[in-house]
Amino acid sequence: MIHVENLTRYYGDFCAVDNIDLDVRKGEITGLLGPNGAGKTTTLRMLTGYLAPTSGTISIKDYSIDDDLLEIKKLIGYLPESAPLYHNMLVYDYLDYIADIRGLSKGRKEERIQELADLCDLRAIMHRPIGELSKGLRQRVGLAHAMIEDPEILILDEPTSGLDPNQIAEIRDIIRHFGKEKTVILSTHILSEAEATCDRIVIIDKGRIVADGSTEALEQESTAQEKIITVALLKADFASASMRFRLLPGVTGIELVESADPEVLKLKISADGRDNLREMIYSCIKETDWVLLELAKETKSLENIFRELTKEG
Amino acid sequence: MNQALTIFRKEFRDYFISPVGYIVVCIFLLVTGWFFFTTFFLFSEANLRSFFNLLPLTFSLVIPAVTMKLFAEEIHTGSYEMLLTLPVTHNDVVAGKFLASASFVAVMLAPTLLYAASVAFIGRLDWGPVLGGYLGAVLMGAAFSAIGVFASSITRNQIVACIVGMVICFGLTLFDKMVFFFPGKIVEVSTYLAAATHFENISKGIIDTRDLLYFASVVFLFLYGSNVVMQARK
Repeated sequence: MIHVENLTRYYGDFCAVDNIDLDVRKGEITGLLGPNGAGKTTTLRMLTGYLAPTSGTISIKDYSIDDDLLEIKKLIGYLPESAPLYHNMLVYDYLDYIADIRGLSKGRKEERIQELADLCDLRAIMHRPIGELSKGLRQRVGLAHAMIEDPEILILDEPTSGLDPNQIAEIRDIIRHFGKEKTVILSTHILSEAEATCDRIVIIDKGRIVADGSTEALEQESTAQEKIITVALLKADFASASMRFRLLPGVTGIELVESADPEVLKLKISADGRDNLREMIYSCIKETDWVLLELAKETKSLENIFRELTKEG
Repeated sequence: MNQALTIFRKEFRDYFISPVGYIVVCIFLLVTGWFFFTTFFLFSEANLRSFFNLLPLTFSLVIPAVTMKLFAEEIHTGSYEMLLTLPVTHNDVVAGKFLASASFVAVMLAPTLLYAASVAFIGRLDWGPVLGGYLGAVLMGAAFSAIGVFASSITRNQIVACIVGMVICFGLTLFDKMVFFFPGKIVEVSTYLAAATHFENISKGIIDTRDLLYFASVVFLFLYGSNVVMQARK
């Protein structure tokens, strides 16, 4: 659906997007994830034709962005960050105006505005000026703006930034509803956001793609390399416990974890990927008179992956 | 083309939603009305010459204030991004905004027909130069609007847009009067380039294609310039 090759963009000397390759399939919700200033917005702006790439190609369906920009713009509904809409216009007038520019017929226009009024829950605010709306409401109007022509591709830049949890949930529902049949690309710097909404996550840092895959794949990939196991024991002391566990094959480190109960010894054992490590730890404990309270494998959360991939230096 | 008309309708309506439009019209009518009627009874001639003579200056002052928001405001609030990612071309946007401001200038000019009517009521008014004057005023208004659109496209600050627009408009109005001590050739060229000369020709009732061409080329040049600026913004 969307095919991006060697996409690069400079602002003066500063390289905002550095040689990105990306393929987005139809019916996929893709999340561009990255810290602030990673090049997410620049990438989206180039996809929508607002900025021209310094080099590289973008093609959407069979259109190239250099030759058929107008056709591409017709396919895409785009919501820029913080929904910059005309503040002096009424919500209804605004949607009416956008529908006119997009060339919807009169009947279709009415129909779409009614549908979106329901989907984005705009009925109560249809006749209020956009400038008077709260951020969450304005964001919903912005979503309606992007979806007015029922576009094949929806591109959203930080659709939930600055909203409260209820509003975020609402926006997410709308995006997921839309993303059932259509292609959605959204950017965010909030992990839980990407985890909750997206089928696929592309992590960008300093203008480059550092990871790309489904949420599960990304988690598995990183847990395959390293495992962390937490153990909680009664009647054990740190010195003897760590001595015993250190002898197990594959163990690379043991760490004491603060626990609320002074009786309980809590340890974090890290090891390189051996599957039967928990078995070995269990049999090791069985030989002593320690009481096992807890034995758990910690999967690395997306947050850890994200931090690891995008940390400084 | 349809997109340009849609943008035109929206921008034109905007002038009547915000108070700025009404304020500008009021100032324009106050200034022109005051200067016209204070001298009118001194000369006791039934014509609108003093109104039209001053028009290039009042337009230079007022039209940049009409056009300053067209691009600068959108760039400042970010709605420019939203507008350009709709299926419109740069030409649609420039044309729509230019038409809206030029039409607003025409609307602003309309109440001054009352001046003509009141002159015709108390004396014998020669309508020829008056009609010529209004034609010239509309053309000059269009040319200055194009200048204002350009000035607005180069900045995100409305004040800057307004001042740049005024400087260019005043320059075009006045600079033939400032170069009289230069050699003859330069004076000739600058007289040709000055908007006031062409406006005066038309407002005498002489409609020459050279004058029409002049205003058309100013409009074209500055709208093209806006397009180039938009391209450079990418």
